[in-house]
Amino acid sequence: MLKVENLKVNFGGIEAVKGISFEVKEGEIVTLIGSNGAGKSTTLRAISGLVKPSEGRIIFDGEDITKIGTSKIVGKGITLCPEGRRIFPDMTVIENIKIGAYLRTDDLQNDIEKCNRLFPILKERENQLAGTLSGGEQQMLAVARSLMSRPRIMMLDEPSLGLAPLIVQNIFNILKEINEEGVTILLIEQNANMALRLADKAYVLETGKIIMEGTGKELLDNPKIKEAYLGKKN
Amino acid sequence: MSTFLQYVFTGISVGGCYALIAIGYTLVYGILRLINFAHGDIFMMAGYFMIFSFAVFPFPVAIIITLVATTALGILIEKFAYSPLRQAPRMSVMISAIGVSYLLQNLSTYLFSGLPQPYPAIPGLKQRVMLGDASVSLVTFITPIVTIIIVLLLLRLVNKTKIGMAMRAVSKDYEAASLMGIKLNTTISFTFAVGSLLAAVGSILYFTDRSSVYPFSGALPGLKCFVAAVFGGIGSIPGALLGGFFIGISETIIKAVGLSTFSDAFTFIILIIMLIVKPTGLFGEKSVDKV
Repeated sequence: MLKVENLKVNFGGIEAVKGISFEVKEGEIVTLIGSNGAGKSTTLRAISGLVKPSEGRIIFDGEDITKIGTSKIVGKGITLCPEGRRIFPDMTVIENIKIGAYLRTDDLQNDIEKCNRLFPILKERENQLAGTLSGGEQQMLAVARSLMSRPRIMMLDEPSLGLAPLIVQNIFNILKEINEEGVTILLIEQNANMALRLADKAYVLETGKIIMEGTGKELLDNPKIKEAYLGKKN
Repeated sequence: MSTFLQYVFTGISVGGCYALIAIGYTLVYGILRLINFAHGDIFMMAGYFMIFSFAVFPFPVAIIITLVATTALGILIEKFAYSPLRQAPRMSVMISAIGVSYLLQNLSTYLFSGLPQPYPAIPGLKQRVMLGDASVSLVTFITPIVTIIIVLLLLRLVNKTKIGMAMRAVSKDYEAASLMGIKLNTTISFTFAVGSLLAAVGSILYFTDRSSVYPFSGALPGLKCFVAAVFGGIGSIPGALLGGFFIGISETIIKAVGLSTFSDAFTFIILIIMLIVKPTGLFGEKSVDKV
């Protein structure tokens, strides 16, 4: 479904992504894990068209989308739920949800109800300014907002960042649910433990290169990964 | 008493024009974080558009041509002078704006000569109306009404429509907005179009009361309206409205008490005081960054 081939991205004069290739198949949950500065965010930003790759190709459903603008990419069904949530703080919760469907012209009611079902708290806070929500609620809002574009593939940049473990668990459960409803998920995380448990397929990024790949289970059991990312000694 | 009333009405009328121009500053600042120094000169160009179109067409057509041409000018300026600098530091864009301002002033001096050109009288607008003992022209009455109607429409546009939602989103966060599928350039162009359109309306009302246009007639009103926008809190539409009226009325009152020489200086004293006392202006954005 989504194929990245030999992607290289320069970012502020340094090569942040040094030629990576990976594939996301329809219906899968794929995760890229790695530490700070590994090039995870830059990869997602390149797929979204927010930064232009210096080399390589990004192919979605057989179509080269490397040079297409962000708005068109969203229109094709690729959405990015950005790092740090980036909700619109001085719009209300419901406005934030609606703006996620900016490109759609059909009726939104069903999707709004679906969001309310997934995130009951957002329904309660519908008319509150989004900036007044707690971190976890803001993350839920960001996910709900991304869902409103009816994505075929949803990319999430560190949804667990700065959240309490219980809330992280909640959000990951919802991601699972979203995936079961047919949305492909590409997730990047520093919380490798959670991400690997959820993922069908995982890639490990280190300083701009993929150093390992496998199913989530394989990597969870890999001694090197355990030591470097899961903080466990055998 | 009657002279006092007359001054109040003049003040409100000038204030209305200032408000319309100040909104242009505020809208553009809101979305690009740019003080569009060329805005006053767009207002001046609108004056020339009216003069030339009025010479050929009947006045309703001339008004429409003026509005359309000014809007187009605003969009063109954005496309050629600001949009190539989207990734550049903010200072570069501001310098570009100052450049456009001088370009428009010099271009109009070159094309239309530096002499004041008589502004056409739109039938009816200059008619005198007696109000008690005070005699004021009809345009003095119409201006504040037009201004307030336009501001109400604009607030509706910004708060209730899809493009308004896009404007608010872009003004907060470029990237997040584009991740929603919002086209940045379209939204920014639209903002310039609205700002310039309001400047054109302001220009028609303003020059009708002044009777002539010359290449620098946009410079001082432009600066004053910038002060009005800062006073009200740049980025805020109701703020610009209030600031416009405040500057207009206080300026007229100062003239009324015989201190005409100081009326311009007064405007800038307000700017300085405001910047010292409350730099964000009356309704300025509080930054509510939550990490």
